[in-house]
Amino acid sequence: MHLAYPAVLAVLLFCVGLYGVLARRNAILVLMSVELMLNAVNLNLVAFDVWLRDSLHAGQALTLFTIAIAAAEIGIGLAIVLAVYRNRGTSAVDDLRDTAERPGDDTGSGDGNGPDDASGPGGATADEPARTDASQKAEATA
Amino acid sequence: MTTTTLAVLVPLLPFLGAVAGLLLGRTAPGLARPLAVLPALTSLGLAAVVAARQGGDAAVDAATQLTPTGSVPIDLALHIDGFAALAAVLVGLVASCVQIYSTAYLHDDPRYPSYAALVSLFTSAMLLVVYSGDLMVLLVGWEIMGICSYFLVGHYWETPEARAASLKAFLVTKLGDVPFLIGLFALAADAGSFRITRILATVADGGLDHPTLIALLLLAGVAGKSAQFPLHTWLPDAMAGPTPVSALIHAATMVAAGVYFIARLLPVFAASAAALVVLAVMAAVTMAGSALAALAQDDIKRVLAYSTIGQLGYMTGALAVGDRGAAVFHLLAHGAFKALLFLAAGVIIHAAGTNSLAAMSRMKDLRARVPDAYWTMTVALLALAAVPPFSGFFSKEAVLGAAEHTATGHSGTAPGAAGWIVLVAGLVTALLTAAYATRLWLLAFNGRGTEAPDHGRQPVAMTAVLWVLAVPSLAFGVTVGALPDWFDGHKLAPTLTTSVLGTGFALVGALVTYGAWRQTTSLAARVPIGAVAAHRDGDAGLVEAEAIATRTPAYGDVAAAPDPADPGRLLLGPLHRHAAAGFRLDAVYAALFVRPVQAGARLVRFLDREVVETYVRGAGAAPRWLGVAVRRAQTGNVQTYLSALLAGTVVLAVAAVLVATAGA
Amino acid sequence: MNVAATAPQGFLSPTGVEIAFVLVGLVTLGAAVVTVTTRQLVHAALWLVVALGGLAVEYLLLTAEFIAWVQVLIYVGSIVVLLLFGLMLTRAPIGRSPDADSGNRPVAVAVALAAAAALVWVVVDAFRTQWIDLDQPQGTTDVTGSILFRHWVLPFEALSVLLLAALVGAIVLSRRNATRGTGSPDAGSPDAGSPDAGSRGTGPRGTGSRGADDKEQR
Repeated sequence: MHLAYPAVLAVLLFCVGLYGVLARRNAILVLMSVELMLNAVNLNLVAFDVWLRDSLHAGQALTLFTIAIAAAEIGIGLAIVLAVYRNRGTSAVDDLRDTAERPGDDTGSGDGNGPDDASGPGGATADEPARTDASQKAEATA
Repeated sequence: MTTTTLAVLVPLLPFLGAVAGLLLGRTAPGLARPLAVLPALTSLGLAAVVAARQGGDAAVDAATQLTPTGSVPIDLALHIDGFAALAAVLVGLVASCVQIYSTAYLHDDPRYPSYAALVSLFTSAMLLVVYSGDLMVLLVGWEIMGICSYFLVGHYWETPEARAASLKAFLVTKLGDVPFLIGLFALAADAGSFRITRILATVADGGLDHPTLIALLLLAGVAGKSAQFPLHTWLPDAMAGPTPVSALIHAATMVAAGVYFIARLLPVFAASAAALVVLAVMAAVTMAGSALAALAQDDIKRVLAYSTIGQLGYMTGALAVGDRGAAVFHLLAHGAFKALLFLAAGVIIHAAGTNSLAAMSRMKDLRARVPDAYWTMTVALLALAAVPPFSGFFSKEAVLGAAEHTATGHSGTAPGAAGWIVLVAGLVTALLTAAYATRLWLLAFNGRGTEAPDHGRQPVAMTAVLWVLAVPSLAFGVTVGALPDWFDGHKLAPTLTTSVLGTGFALVGALVTYGAWRQTTSLAARVPIGAVAAHRDGDAGLVEAEAIATRTPAYGDVAAAPDPADPGRLLLGPLHRHAAAGFRLDAVYAALFVRPVQAGARLVRFLDREVVETYVRGAGAAPRWLGVAVRRAQTGNVQTYLSALLAGTVVLAVAAVLVATAGA
Repeated sequence: MNVAATAPQGFLSPTGVEIAFVLVGLVTLGAAVVTVTTRQLVHAALWLVVALGGLAVEYLLLTAEFIAWVQVLIYVGSIVVLLLFGLMLTRAPIGRSPDADSGNRPVAVAVALAAAAALVWVVVDAFRTQWIDLDQPQGTTDVTGSILFRHWVLPFEALSVLLLAALVGAIVLSRRNATRGTGSPDAGSPDAGSPDAGSRGTGPRGTGSRGADDKEQR
């Protein structure tokens, strides 16, 4: 089999995933697109492994690792998306613009908005109680 | 101790006193007075010893070189001849008197320690100028005096007049000092040394290449320091300082330095006939103009200031006719009686509470309040008016005699034209001097009207020095026979012609003024004038400061008062207005220098604010607008960021591939 | 690079495996494209199943059988299910949603096309003559298992630690949500429901009060 077939297929899949990451609004759809990109890489790894007849089967081993990491990533990613959704009521990526600069932020952003920025994005508010939870848990177990 | 050691100590002691006074003035105010008075007195004593040892014989010369200074060496040199020895005694005497007087005059002044230290420094600088045998060292003293006069004239810096006057004194003298410095360098370049002895030797050999240029450059500095036309305008304004400072500046130190400098280097000036004629014209204009101006002044101290300018004109006139003996003789005599006049005027101002002659002429029995000042001032005014047998008569006749000597062609050095100019101007000025001296005396001590205020006797420290100074004013003339031994050997005794002429003119002036005063004095009662200081029981310095501060609000002018009873107004007629304003020279300066400078400053300000600032603002605004534009990219949308990132990655990858394939 | 120096066959005379690979590849690619373009979110997940399944077939055609089964098991079996759960929990709309794509779409198209063009060009340019010899299976379960546990044990164990960490992380993230216990997310954060409503900096979205609430609850 020509090596070009799997290689080109992988490239096209990767670019489709790329498009999805850049164009989709819903965070879960973005995660799906990331999966597509990962799979394109996997296909590449397998094809080259087969082509090279690697005695260590490094390509296939790495593919397995990638799959495992992808599973972990999707779990964490979904947890984050859910946390964001609980806090913000949305899972649209382009609604999460707390790091954007607003007209009022022109001057004194160091003072006026510093604490606000820290507590502004959903991720931060999600993290902070988690930290307190962890510390409280630590106290409870101790 | 050798004479040299003594002579070194003379300027050194006041200097150390000044340093100690400045250091300890705050922590130990009790030491300020001894530290001020004792060095001055010791210096006086040492100067007298030096003078006695020198005795008018061959000059004492000593020099040491601290460090090599290039092609023209600078030495720490002493050159003490008869001029230097006597001038140092005068400086020491006047400085001691001023220091003693100041202890009482500025008794309650919180700034007395720094004041006394500056006076000591001033004295030290003048003594350095007097004794120095090296022009660079002389220049050091010269400039120290300039900065000290700035501080001392501005002693009452709370008043705008004092601030303006101190700045003016500094700037005008500096205006002369710049050409002076260039002249010194030119002189040293021609002579190959800054040592006075070597310069004089070079001049004697005819080694000067540009005598006229050098003389005129030096003359500018002398005109600034000695307040000669046209750089004299700082001196009347310098009256905004305390009276003892005026006495010090006017009698012995600052203004005398210029005359003394020419006297030292007279051969340099004499090498150029043109310079002598310029000097003569300068002296003539100075003395005649200042005498007219003095006749119109209302402030007693300004009268004396203009009189100083006039007497300095006599000295430069004597120098213009090549007789430095007469010049220094007049300098010594004038130093004594002018110091006396100023110090007495300080007492009078303290007693009357005003510095206005118009106000004094409406006070009865002022003379009874200050008998010491009355008598000593009378002596000094007689000396000023050159009435025999007071000291001023002899010294002024020496000047006029020298002028007549030159005018009739008996002098080898100076051109006859210079002699005529000085002689005529000197005679006219003798008349005017007598006139304004009489006017001052009549207005100050023969007032009619309300009783003069009485607040006790003046402090002994102030009155005693008046009598000390009255002695040389009265009797200095007797030395006329001995002085030529100390000087160049020219005969200084008065000749019959000039004596008769000079005294006659003086009598005429005095009589005319008296007649005018009789005419006008009846008007005094009708126009009440009088603004007196509020704190009559304060020390004299406070009273004077208040008198200066209240003068402009009360009279509308710093120089004149609207007093129809002033005989000067009758004598001068329509000229009075201009004379009171110093013949509008300040206005000319304002038009010539001040306004162009201000216009230039406005232009620079405009260029800075509108042109340069625009670039600065632009330099700030352009990045800001750029920042605003770039900031629009910060949407907060992760996808946008990622798009830009990946697009850049693609571009970079394509570029890398292209480069790689192109190379292959 | 000592293998398959030159292709024994040209592109115009494909083998049977190649035809199958291309056909399945087209299906996979089509499913992927539909996944990233469809307006129905659940459909996207289902089309993702097709794409991932197609990839599993491709792995089989490349003789990597173990990878193919793992692909089916993990991706199709668990990850897509997880994604579907995620869609469900975030109340993704059933049916066509008009705003499935963000405003970044034209840029995304441009970037993706540029990247595809560049990569295809490079890949084709580099590998158009290379040939994969599929006569000997390269990735049987037997071989893969022995290799994995003989040569790749240490990374494998490290990976298990990573998975454990991810598991714990996911639990922590989820547990926080669980212990919040205030019912619906909107009720739990009334002001957070409108993040663009301009409450930034003024609203009481402070973490301090919330932390206090937490403490009171415990």
